[in-house]
Amino acid sequence: MRNELLAIIEKNSRIDFNELAVLLGVSEEEVLAELTKLEKEGIICGYHTLINWEKTSIEKVTALIEVKVTPQRGEGFDKIAERIYNYPEVRAVYLISGGYDLLITLEEKSLKEIAGFVSDKLSTLESILSTATHFVLKKYKDHGTIFNPKKGDEREVITP
Amino acid sequence: MRNFLADKITALKPSGIRKFFDIVSEMKDAISLGVGEPDFDTPWHIRDEGIYALEKGKTFYTSNAGLKDLRGEISNYIKRTQGIEYNPDNEILVTVGGSEAIDIGLRAIINPGDEVIIPQPSYVSYEPCAVLAGATPVIINLKAENEFRLKPDELLNAITDKTKILILPYPNNPTGAIMEEGDLRAIAEIIKEKDILVMSDEIYSALTYKEKHVSIASLEGMKERTILINGFSKAYAMTGWRLGYACAPKEIIEQMTKIHQFAIMCAPTTSQYAAVEALKHGDKDVEEMRQAYNQRRRFLMDAFRKINLECFEPYGAFYVFPCIKEFGMTSEEFATRFLQEEKVAVVPGTAFGECGEGFLRISYAYSLESLKLALGRLEKFINKLRQAK
Repeated sequence: MRNELLAIIEKNSRIDFNELAVLLGVSEEEVLAELTKLEKEGIICGYHTLINWEKTSIEKVTALIEVKVTPQRGEGFDKIAERIYNYPEVRAVYLISGGYDLLITLEEKSLKEIAGFVSDKLSTLESILSTATHFVLKKYKDHGTIFNPKKGDEREVITP
Repeated sequence: MRNFLADKITALKPSGIRKFFDIVSEMKDAISLGVGEPDFDTPWHIRDEGIYALEKGKTFYTSNAGLKDLRGEISNYIKRTQGIEYNPDNEILVTVGGSEAIDIGLRAIINPGDEVIIPQPSYVSYEPCAVLAGATPVIINLKAENEFRLKPDELLNAITDKTKILILPYPNNPTGAIMEEGDLRAIAEIIKEKDILVMSDEIYSALTYKEKHVSIASLEGMKERTILINGFSKAYAMTGWRLGYACAPKEIIEQMTKIHQFAIMCAPTTSQYAAVEALKHGDKDVEEMRQAYNQRRRFLMDAFRKINLECFEPYGAFYVFPCIKEFGMTSEEFATRFLQEEKVAVVPGTAFGECGEGFLRISYAYSLESLKLALGRLEKFINKLRQAK
Protein backbone atom coordinates (compact mmCIF):
# COMPACT_ATOMS: atom_id res chain seq x y z
CA MET A 1 0.00 0.00 0.00
CA ARG A 2 2.89 2.36 0.80
CA ASN A 3 4.03 2.84 -2.78
CA GLU A 4 0.52 3.24 -4.11
CA LEU A 5 -0.25 5.77 -1.36
CA LEU A 6 2.85 7.77 -2.23
CA ALA A 7 1.97 7.68 -5.92
CA ILE A 8 -1.47 9.12 -5.19
CA ILE A 9 -0.46 11.90 -2.83
CA GLU A 10 2.50 12.87 -4.97
CA LYS A 11 -0.10 13.93 -7.51
CA ASN A 12 -2.75 15.17 -5.13
CA SER A 13 -1.69 16.05 -1.60
CA ARG A 14 -5.08 17.56 -0.78
CA ILE A 15 -6.92 14.26 -0.98
CA ASP A 16 -8.63 13.42 2.33
CA PHE A 17 -8.12 10.31 4.48
CA ASN A 18 -11.52 8.93 3.70
CA GLU A 19 -11.00 9.01 -0.03
CA LEU A 20 -7.48 7.64 0.26
CA ALA A 21 -8.85 4.74 2.26
CA VAL A 22 -11.46 4.01 -0.44
CA LEU A 23 -8.99 4.20 -3.30
CA LEU A 24 -6.47 1.98 -1.54
CA GLY A 25 -9.04 -0.47 -0.20
CA VAL A 26 -7.92 -0.06 3.45
CA SER A 27 -9.33 1.65 6.55
CA GLU A 28 -8.95 5.33 7.35
CA GLU A 29 -6.98 4.43 10.46
CA GLU A 30 -4.47 2.51 8.39
CA VAL A 31 -4.06 5.45 6.03
CA LEU A 32 -3.52 7.85 8.91
CA ALA A 33 -1.00 5.55 10.56
CA GLU A 34 0.93 5.09 7.33
CA LEU A 35 0.99 8.82 6.59
CA THR A 36 2.25 9.57 10.09
CA LYS A 37 4.97 6.97 9.64
CA LEU A 38 5.96 8.36 6.26
CA GLU A 39 6.24 11.84 7.75
CA LYS A 40 8.27 10.63 10.72
CA GLU A 41 10.62 8.70 8.50
CA GLY A 42 11.19 11.85 6.48
CA ILE A 43 9.81 10.21 3.33
CA ILE A 44 7.04 12.74 3.03
CA CYS A 45 8.87 16.07 3.25
CA GLY A 46 6.02 18.45 2.61
CA TYR A 47 2.68 19.05 0.92
CA HIS A 48 3.43 21.78 -1.57
CA THR A 49 1.39 23.41 -4.28
CA LEU A 50 2.46 23.62 -7.88
CA ILE A 51 1.86 27.14 -9.15
CA ASN A 52 2.22 28.40 -12.68
CA TRP A 53 3.57 31.83 -11.76
CA GLU A 54 3.59 32.92 -15.37
CA LYS A 55 -0.16 33.29 -15.16
CA THR A 56 0.01 35.59 -12.13
CA SER A 57 1.01 39.24 -11.99
CA ILE A 58 3.96 38.34 -9.81
CA GLU A 59 7.32 38.55 -11.51
CA LYS A 60 9.55 35.55 -11.01
CA VAL A 61 12.74 34.67 -12.76
CA THR A 62 14.14 31.19 -12.56
CA ALA A 63 17.73 30.31 -13.32
CA LEU A 64 19.56 27.01 -13.46
CA ILE A 65 23.17 27.40 -12.39
CA GLU A 66 25.84 24.81 -13.06
CA VAL A 67 28.63 24.96 -10.54
CA LYS A 68 32.07 23.36 -10.48
CA VAL A 69 33.58 23.06 -7.03
CA THR A 70 36.61 21.63 -5.29
CA PRO A 71 35.38 19.00 -2.88
CA GLN A 72 36.72 19.47 0.61
CA ARG A 73 38.70 16.87 2.48
CA GLY A 74 36.52 14.87 4.80
CA GLU A 75 33.35 16.67 3.72
CA GLY A 76 33.12 15.91 0.02
CA PHE A 77 30.48 18.08 -1.57
CA ASP A 78 28.14 18.21 1.40
CA LYS A 79 29.68 21.22 3.11
CA ILE A 80 29.64 23.45 0.08
CA ALA A 81 26.15 22.23 -0.88
CA GLU A 82 24.95 23.24 2.57
CA ARG A 83 26.42 26.72 2.25
CA ILE A 84 24.47 27.10 -0.95
CA TYR A 85 21.16 25.54 -0.02
CA ASN A 86 20.82 27.62 3.11
CA TYR A 87 20.00 30.64 0.98
CA PRO A 88 16.21 30.80 0.86
CA GLU A 89 16.17 31.96 -2.76
CA VAL A 90 17.85 28.70 -3.72
CA ARG A 91 14.99 26.33 -4.60
CA ALA A 92 16.95 23.18 -5.30
CA VAL A 93 20.49 21.90 -5.15
CA TYR A 94 21.51 18.64 -6.78
CA LEU A 95 24.85 16.88 -6.85
CA ILE A 96 25.13 15.53 -10.34
CA SER A 97 27.32 13.45 -12.56
CA GLY A 98 28.90 14.80 -15.72
CA GLY A 99 30.79 17.93 -16.63
CA TYR A 100 30.04 19.89 -13.48
CA ASP A 101 29.20 19.11 -9.87
CA LEU A 102 26.20 20.98 -8.54
CA LEU A 103 23.05 22.13 -10.24
CA ILE A 104 21.21 24.93 -8.49
CA THR A 105 17.73 26.21 -9.17
CA LEU A 106 17.33 29.79 -8.18
CA GLU A 107 14.17 31.84 -8.09
CA GLU A 108 14.22 35.61 -7.83
CA LYS A 109 12.15 38.64 -8.73
CA SER A 110 14.47 39.89 -11.47
CA LEU A 111 17.47 39.11 -13.61
CA LYS A 112 19.40 41.68 -11.65
CA GLU A 113 18.83 39.86 -8.39
CA ILE A 114 19.95 36.58 -9.89
CA ALA A 115 23.05 38.25 -11.30
CA GLY A 116 23.68 39.69 -7.86
CA PHE A 117 23.34 36.31 -6.19
CA VAL A 118 25.79 34.69 -8.59
CA SER A 119 28.42 37.41 -8.46
CA ASP A 120 28.19 38.38 -4.79
CA LYS A 121 27.27 35.20 -2.99
CA LEU A 122 27.97 32.16 -5.12
CA SER A 123 31.19 33.06 -6.95
CA THR A 124 32.81 34.36 -3.82
CA LEU A 125 32.54 31.05 -2.00
CA GLU A 126 36.05 29.69 -1.63
CA SER A 127 35.75 26.27 -3.18
CA ILE A 128 33.77 27.35 -6.23
CA LEU A 129 35.78 27.04 -9.42
CA SER A 130 33.27 28.22 -11.99
CA THR A 131 29.56 28.86 -12.61
CA ALA A 132 27.33 28.91 -15.69
CA THR A 133 23.93 30.52 -15.39
CA HIS A 134 20.98 29.61 -17.60
CA PHE A 135 17.74 31.57 -17.43
CA VAL A 136 14.45 29.77 -17.82
CA LEU A 137 12.43 31.35 -20.63
CA LYS A 138 9.32 29.23 -20.40
CA LYS A 139 8.12 26.36 -18.26
CA TYR A 140 6.30 23.70 -20.25
CA LYS A 141 6.13 21.06 -17.59
CA ASP A 142 7.07 20.96 -13.94
CA HIS A 143 6.82 18.21 -11.34
CA GLY A 144 5.30 15.91 -13.96
CA THR A 145 2.52 18.35 -14.75
CA ILE A 146 2.07 19.91 -18.20
CA PHE A 147 1.14 23.57 -17.73
CA ASN A 148 -1.05 24.00 -20.78
CA PRO A 149 -2.66 20.65 -21.58
CA LYS A 150 -4.20 20.79 -25.00
CA LYS A 151 -7.17 18.55 -25.16
CA GLY A 152 -10.30 17.16 -23.63
CA ASP A 153 -11.84 13.74 -24.07
CA GLU A 154 -11.70 12.92 -27.77
CA ARG A 155 -13.29 9.50 -27.56
CA GLU A 156 -16.62 8.60 -29.09
CA VAL A 157 -19.24 9.01 -26.36
CA ILE A 158 -20.43 5.40 -26.44
CA THR A 159 -18.46 2.42 -27.68
CA PRO A 160 -18.93 -1.30 -27.10
CA MET B 1 -34.51 -1.94 -59.02
CA ARG B 2 -33.95 -5.32 -57.41
CA ASN B 3 -32.99 -5.59 -53.77
CA PHE B 4 -29.30 -6.26 -53.98
CA LEU B 5 -28.62 -6.66 -50.29
CA ALA B 6 -27.58 -9.95 -48.76
CA ASP B 7 -30.34 -11.53 -46.67
CA LYS B 8 -27.84 -12.80 -44.13
CA ILE B 9 -26.62 -9.26 -43.50
CA THR B 10 -29.95 -7.48 -43.53
CA ALA B 11 -31.14 -10.05 -40.98
CA LEU B 12 -28.32 -9.05 -38.59
CA LYS B 13 -29.46 -6.72 -35.83
CA PRO B 14 -27.41 -3.54 -35.63
CA SER B 15 -25.50 -3.12 -32.38
CA GLY B 16 -27.86 -2.15 -29.56
CA ILE B 17 -25.43 0.56 -28.60
CA ARG B 18 -25.95 2.50 -31.80
CA LYS B 19 -29.37 3.90 -30.96
CA PHE B 20 -28.15 5.16 -27.65
CA PHE B 21 -25.09 6.65 -29.23
CA ASP B 22 -27.27 8.87 -31.41
CA ILE B 23 -29.18 10.26 -28.42
CA VAL B 24 -26.02 10.95 -26.42
CA SER B 25 -24.23 12.57 -29.32
CA GLU B 26 -26.88 15.25 -29.47
CA MET B 27 -26.56 16.15 -25.81
CA LYS B 28 -23.68 18.51 -25.46
CA ASP B 29 -23.19 18.67 -21.73
CA ALA B 30 -23.78 15.00 -20.93
CA ILE B 31 -21.16 13.07 -18.98
CA SER B 32 -20.54 9.74 -20.64
CA LEU B 33 -19.63 6.61 -18.73
CA GLY B 34 -20.32 4.60 -21.83
CA VAL B 35 -16.95 4.19 -23.39
CA GLY B 36 -15.28 0.83 -23.87
CA GLU B 37 -11.75 2.10 -24.32
CA PRO B 38 -9.05 3.46 -22.01
CA ASP B 39 -9.01 7.18 -21.20
CA PHE B 40 -5.21 7.20 -21.16
CA ASP B 41 -3.20 8.26 -24.16
CA THR B 42 -0.92 5.62 -25.59
CA PRO B 43 2.31 5.94 -23.57
CA TRP B 44 4.64 8.38 -25.27
CA HIS B 45 7.54 5.99 -25.85
CA ILE B 46 5.19 3.74 -27.83
CA ARG B 47 3.82 6.62 -29.91
CA ASP B 48 7.37 7.82 -30.43
CA GLU B 49 8.35 4.44 -31.84
CA GLY B 50 5.43 4.67 -34.28
CA ILE B 51 6.57 8.13 -35.36
CA TYR B 52 10.13 6.88 -35.70
CA ALA B 53 8.96 3.98 -37.89
CA LEU B 54 7.23 6.48 -40.17
CA GLU B 55 10.30 8.70 -40.29
CA LYS B 56 12.45 5.76 -41.29
CA GLY B 57 10.04 5.04 -44.11
CA LYS B 58 8.64 1.82 -42.68
CA THR B 59 5.56 2.26 -44.80
CA PHE B 60 5.30 -1.06 -46.62
CA TYR B 61 3.30 -4.23 -46.05
CA THR B 62 4.73 -6.58 -43.49
CA SER B 63 4.53 -10.34 -43.93
CA ASN B 64 0.94 -11.60 -43.70
CA ALA B 65 1.45 -13.03 -40.23
CA GLY B 66 3.01 -9.79 -38.96
CA LEU B 67 6.54 -8.56 -38.27
CA LYS B 68 8.80 -11.37 -37.15
CA ASP B 69 10.09 -9.20 -34.29
CA LEU B 70 6.57 -8.55 -33.12
CA ARG B 71 5.60 -12.22 -33.22
CA GLY B 72 8.76 -12.95 -31.26
CA GLU B 73 7.84 -10.37 -28.62
CA ILE B 74 4.27 -11.69 -28.44
CA SER B 75 5.67 -15.16 -27.90
CA ASN B 76 7.91 -13.85 -25.08
CA TYR B 77 5.02 -11.95 -23.54
CA ILE B 78 2.69 -14.97 -23.46
CA LYS B 79 5.48 -17.07 -22.06
CA ARG B 80 6.35 -14.68 -19.26
CA THR B 81 2.75 -13.87 -18.31
CA GLN B 82 1.07 -17.24 -18.90
CA GLY B 83 3.89 -19.76 -19.15
CA ILE B 84 2.67 -20.97 -22.53
CA GLU B 85 5.11 -21.40 -25.42
CA TYR B 86 3.92 -20.42 -28.88
CA ASN B 87 6.18 -20.75 -31.87
CA PRO B 88 6.40 -17.29 -33.45
CA ASP B 89 6.91 -18.86 -36.87
CA ASN B 90 3.60 -20.69 -37.18
CA GLU B 91 1.45 -20.35 -34.06
CA ILE B 92 0.98 -16.57 -33.90
CA LEU B 93 -0.93 -14.26 -36.25
CA VAL B 94 -0.98 -10.47 -35.89
CA THR B 95 -4.44 -9.09 -36.68
CA VAL B 96 -6.33 -5.83 -37.02
CA GLY B 97 -7.44 -5.66 -33.41
CA GLY B 98 -8.75 -8.58 -31.41
CA SER B 99 -11.96 -8.13 -33.43
CA GLU B 100 -10.45 -9.47 -36.63
CA ALA B 101 -9.02 -12.45 -34.76
CA ILE B 102 -12.51 -13.30 -33.47
CA ASP B 103 -13.95 -13.10 -36.96
CA ILE B 104 -11.34 -15.10 -38.84
CA GLY B 105 -10.82 -17.54 -35.97
CA LEU B 106 -14.46 -18.56 -36.25
CA ARG B 107 -14.45 -18.57 -40.03
CA ALA B 108 -11.41 -20.84 -40.05
CA ILE B 109 -13.17 -23.62 -38.15
CA ILE B 110 -16.91 -23.34 -38.78
CA ASN B 111 -18.82 -25.60 -41.14
CA PRO B 112 -22.47 -24.78 -41.84
CA GLY B 113 -24.63 -25.77 -38.91
CA ASP B 114 -21.81 -26.00 -36.36
CA GLU B 115 -22.76 -24.57 -33.01
CA VAL B 116 -20.79 -21.85 -31.25
CA ILE B 117 -21.47 -21.48 -27.54
CA ILE B 118 -21.50 -17.84 -26.43
CA PRO B 119 -21.89 -16.93 -22.78
CA GLN B 120 -23.67 -13.59 -22.34
CA PRO B 121 -23.58 -10.77 -21.30
CA SER B 122 -20.54 -10.39 -23.48
CA TYR B 123 -18.97 -8.31 -26.21
CA VAL B 124 -21.29 -7.48 -29.07
CA SER B 125 -19.42 -9.09 -31.95
CA TYR B 126 -19.28 -12.80 -31.05
CA GLU B 127 -22.83 -13.60 -32.07
CA PRO B 128 -22.82 -11.76 -35.44
CA CYS B 129 -19.36 -13.14 -36.27
CA ALA B 130 -20.60 -16.66 -35.55
CA VAL B 131 -23.66 -16.09 -37.73
CA LEU B 132 -21.57 -14.64 -40.56
CA ALA B 133 -19.29 -17.66 -40.36
CA GLY B 134 -22.34 -19.87 -40.91
CA ALA B 135 -22.63 -21.17 -37.36
CA THR B 136 -25.63 -21.41 -35.09
CA PRO B 137 -24.98 -19.39 -31.94
CA VAL B 138 -26.00 -21.07 -28.69
CA ILE B 139 -26.33 -18.54 -25.91
CA ILE B 140 -25.64 -19.24 -22.25
CA ASN B 141 -27.30 -16.71 -19.97
CA LEU B 142 -24.79 -16.12 -17.20
CA LYS B 143 -26.11 -15.40 -13.74
CA ALA B 144 -25.44 -12.52 -11.40
CA GLU B 145 -25.45 -14.90 -8.43
CA ASN B 146 -22.41 -16.64 -9.97
CA GLU B 147 -20.77 -13.25 -10.47
CA PHE B 148 -21.26 -13.89 -14.20
CA ARG B 149 -18.70 -16.68 -14.24
CA LEU B 150 -19.35 -19.64 -16.53
CA LYS B 151 -20.34 -22.69 -14.49
CA PRO B 152 -19.63 -26.28 -15.61
CA ASP B 153 -23.32 -27.31 -15.55
CA GLU B 154 -24.28 -24.30 -17.68
CA LEU B 155 -21.71 -25.35 -20.25
CA LEU B 156 -22.76 -29.01 -20.15
CA ASN B 157 -26.38 -28.05 -20.78
CA ALA B 158 -25.41 -26.03 -23.83
CA ILE B 159 -23.25 -28.69 -25.50
CA THR B 160 -24.78 -30.83 -28.25
CA ASP B 161 -23.13 -33.11 -30.79
CA LYS B 162 -22.97 -30.10 -33.12
CA THR B 163 -20.96 -27.97 -30.73
CA LYS B 164 -17.63 -26.95 -32.16
CA ILE B 165 -16.31 -24.16 -30.00
CA LEU B 166 -16.93 -22.27 -26.79
CA ILE B 167 -16.20 -18.56 -26.63
CA LEU B 168 -14.70 -17.70 -23.29
CA PRO B 169 -14.71 -13.92 -22.81
CA TYR B 170 -12.82 -13.22 -19.58
CA PRO B 171 -11.98 -10.79 -18.06
CA ASN B 172 -15.40 -9.81 -19.27
CA ASN B 173 -16.83 -6.82 -21.02
CA PRO B 174 -19.48 -5.71 -19.86
CA THR B 175 -19.63 -7.36 -16.43
CA GLY B 176 -16.02 -7.07 -15.25
CA ALA B 177 -16.22 -10.74 -14.24
CA ILE B 178 -13.13 -12.94 -14.19
CA MET B 179 -12.57 -16.70 -14.26
CA GLU B 180 -9.99 -17.93 -11.78
CA GLU B 181 -7.85 -21.01 -12.23
CA GLY B 182 -10.27 -23.27 -10.36
CA ASP B 183 -13.20 -22.12 -12.51
CA LEU B 184 -11.16 -22.72 -15.66
CA ARG B 185 -10.07 -26.21 -14.63
CA ALA B 186 -13.66 -27.38 -14.41
CA ILE B 187 -14.44 -25.90 -17.83
CA ALA B 188 -11.26 -27.38 -19.37
CA GLU B 189 -12.23 -30.88 -18.25
CA ILE B 190 -15.53 -30.62 -20.11
CA ILE B 191 -13.89 -29.15 -23.21
CA LYS B 192 -11.49 -32.08 -23.40
CA GLU B 193 -14.08 -34.71 -22.61
CA LYS B 194 -16.55 -33.38 -25.19
CA ASP B 195 -13.77 -32.80 -27.74
CA ILE B 196 -14.51 -29.16 -28.52
CA LEU B 197 -12.42 -26.01 -28.91
CA VAL B 198 -12.22 -22.76 -26.96
CA MET B 199 -11.83 -19.24 -28.26
CA SER B 200 -10.44 -17.43 -25.24
CA ASP B 201 -10.77 -13.67 -25.69
CA GLU B 202 -8.25 -12.30 -23.22
CA ILE B 203 -8.08 -8.72 -24.46
CA TYR B 204 -8.44 -7.47 -20.84
CA SER B 205 -5.93 -9.96 -19.39
CA ALA B 206 -3.60 -7.24 -18.11
CA LEU B 207 -6.42 -5.59 -16.17
CA THR B 208 -7.30 -7.80 -13.22
CA TYR B 209 -7.49 -6.73 -9.59
CA LYS B 210 -7.38 -9.94 -7.60
CA GLU B 211 -5.15 -12.75 -8.83
CA LYS B 212 -3.13 -12.36 -12.01
CA HIS B 213 -5.06 -13.52 -15.06
CA VAL B 214 -4.76 -17.21 -15.92
CA SER B 215 -5.30 -18.35 -19.51
CA ILE B 216 -7.23 -21.55 -20.10
CA ALA B 217 -4.59 -22.38 -22.72
CA SER B 218 -2.04 -22.80 -19.91
CA LEU B 219 -3.93 -25.76 -18.44
CA GLU B 220 -2.84 -29.26 -19.31
CA GLY B 221 -4.01 -30.45 -22.71
CA MET B 222 -5.65 -27.11 -23.52
CA LYS B 223 -3.09 -25.35 -25.69
CA GLU B 224 -4.02 -27.59 -28.60
CA ARG B 225 -7.71 -26.79 -28.09
CA THR B 226 -7.50 -23.03 -27.67
CA ILE B 227 -7.54 -20.03 -29.96
CA LEU B 228 -6.13 -17.40 -27.63
CA ILE B 229 -6.97 -13.84 -28.58
CA ASN B 230 -5.31 -10.78 -27.17
CA GLY B 231 -4.15 -7.37 -28.33
CA PHE B 232 -2.80 -3.96 -27.49
CA SER B 233 -5.97 -1.87 -27.23
CA LYS B 234 -6.81 -2.24 -23.56
CA ALA B 235 -3.51 -3.01 -21.86
CA TYR B 236 -1.49 -0.33 -23.63
CA ALA B 237 -4.30 2.12 -24.40
CA MET B 238 -3.83 1.59 -28.13
CA THR B 239 -7.39 1.21 -29.40
CA GLY B 240 -6.97 3.41 -32.46
CA TRP B 241 -3.86 1.55 -33.60
CA ARG B 242 -6.04 -1.47 -34.42
CA LEU B 243 -3.70 -4.22 -33.40
CA GLY B 244 -4.36 -7.61 -31.89
CA TYR B 245 -3.22 -11.18 -32.30
CA ALA B 246 -4.24 -14.80 -32.16
CA CYS B 247 -2.18 -17.68 -30.79
CA ALA B 248 -3.36 -21.16 -31.70
CA PRO B 249 -2.22 -24.55 -32.98
CA LYS B 250 -0.44 -24.16 -36.30
CA GLU B 251 -3.16 -25.96 -38.26
CA ILE B 252 -5.68 -23.29 -37.20
CA ILE B 253 -3.27 -20.36 -37.61
CA GLU B 254 -2.49 -21.58 -41.11
CA GLN B 255 -6.15 -21.38 -42.12
CA MET B 256 -6.70 -18.07 -40.33
CA THR B 257 -3.66 -16.66 -42.12
CA LYS B 258 -5.25 -17.51 -45.46
CA ILE B 259 -8.36 -15.48 -44.69
CA HIS B 260 -6.26 -12.67 -43.23
CA GLN B 261 -4.04 -12.70 -46.32
CA PHE B 262 -6.93 -12.36 -48.74
CA ALA B 263 -9.12 -10.00 -46.73
CA ILE B 264 -6.60 -7.78 -44.94
CA MET B 265 -3.11 -8.50 -46.24
CA CYS B 266 -1.42 -7.48 -43.02
CA ALA B 267 -2.03 -5.42 -39.89
CA PRO B 268 -0.94 -1.74 -40.03
CA THR B 269 2.84 -1.53 -40.22
CA THR B 270 3.27 1.58 -38.06
CA SER B 271 1.20 -0.02 -35.33
CA GLN B 272 3.28 -3.17 -35.46
CA TYR B 273 6.51 -1.27 -34.87
CA ALA B 274 4.94 0.63 -32.00
CA ALA B 275 3.67 -2.63 -30.53
CA VAL B 276 7.17 -4.12 -30.43
CA GLU B 277 8.14 -1.20 -28.20
CA ALA B 278 5.02 -1.70 -26.08
CA LEU B 279 5.86 -5.33 -25.37
CA LYS B 280 9.54 -4.62 -24.76
CA HIS B 281 9.24 -1.62 -22.47
CA GLY B 282 5.58 -1.14 -21.60
CA ASP B 283 5.16 -3.19 -18.42
CA LYS B 284 5.55 -0.16 -16.17
CA ASP B 285 2.88 1.80 -18.04
CA VAL B 286 0.46 -1.09 -17.88
CA GLU B 287 0.99 -1.40 -14.13
CA GLU B 288 0.43 2.34 -13.59
CA MET B 289 -2.80 2.26 -15.56
CA ARG B 290 -3.95 -0.89 -13.83
CA GLN B 291 -3.40 0.80 -10.48
CA ALA B 292 -5.41 3.83 -11.55
CA TYR B 293 -8.28 1.62 -12.78
CA ASN B 294 -8.21 -0.31 -9.55
CA GLN B 295 -8.53 2.89 -7.51
CA ARG B 296 -11.51 3.97 -9.56
CA ARG B 297 -13.04 0.51 -9.23
CA ARG B 298 -12.76 0.73 -5.45
CA PHE B 299 -14.22 4.22 -5.55
CA LEU B 300 -17.25 3.04 -7.53
CA MET B 301 -17.86 -0.02 -5.35
CA ASP B 302 -17.70 2.19 -2.27
CA ALA B 303 -20.06 4.71 -3.83
CA PHE B 304 -22.54 1.94 -4.72
CA ARG B 305 -22.43 0.64 -1.15
CA LYS B 306 -23.16 4.11 0.17
CA ILE B 307 -26.19 4.59 -2.05
CA ASN B 308 -27.25 0.99 -1.58
CA LEU B 309 -27.07 0.00 -5.21
CA GLU B 310 -26.67 -3.73 -5.70
CA CYS B 311 -23.50 -4.73 -7.54
CA PHE B 312 -21.21 -7.76 -7.32
CA GLU B 313 -17.57 -6.83 -6.99
CA PRO B 314 -15.90 -7.21 -10.39
CA TYR B 315 -12.20 -8.00 -10.57
CA GLY B 316 -11.41 -7.42 -14.22
CA ALA B 317 -11.52 -5.08 -17.22
CA PHE B 318 -12.78 -1.53 -16.47
CA TYR B 319 -16.50 -2.04 -16.03
CA VAL B 320 -18.94 -2.42 -13.19
CA PHE B 321 -22.33 -3.95 -13.81
CA PRO B 322 -24.81 -2.77 -11.18
CA CYS B 323 -28.30 -4.24 -10.86
CA ILE B 324 -31.24 -1.83 -11.24
CA LYS B 325 -34.07 -4.36 -10.89
CA GLU B 326 -35.37 -2.68 -7.72
CA PHE B 327 -36.61 0.27 -9.77
CA GLY B 328 -38.98 -1.82 -11.87
CA MET B 329 -37.72 -0.46 -15.15
CA THR B 330 -35.96 -2.06 -18.08
CA SER B 331 -32.29 -1.28 -18.50
CA GLU B 332 -33.07 0.79 -21.53
CA GLU B 333 -35.75 2.83 -19.75
CA PHE B 334 -33.43 3.45 -16.84
CA ALA B 335 -30.51 4.45 -19.08
CA THR B 336 -32.70 6.72 -21.21
CA ARG B 337 -34.25 8.50 -18.24
CA PHE B 338 -30.90 8.80 -16.48
CA LEU B 339 -29.52 10.42 -19.59
CA GLN B 340 -32.46 12.75 -20.09
CA GLU B 341 -32.92 13.74 -16.45
CA GLU B 342 -29.35 13.77 -15.15
CA LYS B 343 -27.34 13.89 -18.35
CA VAL B 344 -25.20 10.86 -17.67
CA ALA B 345 -24.78 8.19 -20.32
CA VAL B 346 -24.41 4.55 -19.33
CA VAL B 347 -25.00 1.51 -21.49
CA PRO B 348 -28.05 -0.71 -20.87
CA GLY B 349 -26.98 -4.28 -20.02
CA THR B 350 -29.22 -5.57 -22.80
CA ALA B 351 -26.77 -4.24 -25.39
CA PHE B 352 -24.65 -7.26 -24.45
CA GLY B 353 -27.33 -9.93 -24.52
CA GLU B 354 -30.89 -10.36 -23.29
CA CYS B 355 -29.74 -11.60 -19.91
CA GLY B 356 -28.20 -8.16 -19.35
CA GLU B 357 -31.76 -6.99 -18.62
CA GLY B 358 -31.88 -5.31 -15.24
CA PHE B 359 -28.24 -4.24 -15.35
CA LEU B 360 -26.17 -1.30 -16.55
CA ARG B 361 -22.63 -1.21 -17.80
CA ILE B 362 -20.69 1.60 -16.23
CA SER B 363 -17.20 2.14 -17.53
CA TYR B 364 -14.50 3.47 -15.26
CA ALA B 365 -12.17 4.44 -18.05
CA TYR B 366 -12.71 7.99 -16.80
CA SER B 367 -10.92 10.29 -14.39
CA LEU B 368 -11.93 10.14 -10.74
CA GLU B 369 -13.30 13.68 -11.08
CA SER B 370 -15.71 12.62 -13.83
CA LEU B 371 -16.71 9.52 -11.89
CA LYS B 372 -17.41 11.57 -8.77
CA LEU B 373 -19.55 13.99 -10.69
CA ALA B 374 -21.48 11.20 -12.41
CA LEU B 375 -21.99 9.24 -9.20
CA GLY B 376 -23.37 12.33 -7.51
CA ARG B 377 -25.97 12.49 -10.24
CA LEU B 378 -26.68 8.77 -10.00
CA GLU B 379 -27.35 9.16 -6.29
CA LYS B 380 -29.72 12.02 -6.95
CA PHE B 381 -31.48 10.05 -9.66
CA ILE B 382 -32.06 6.87 -7.68
CA ASN B 383 -33.14 8.81 -4.61
CA LYS B 384 -35.76 10.44 -6.77
CA LEU B 385 -36.87 7.03 -8.07
CA ARG B 386 -37.01 5.54 -4.59
CA GLN B 387 -39.08 8.42 -3.25
CA ALA B 388 -41.51 8.13 -6.14
CA LYS B 389 -42.21 4.50 -5.26
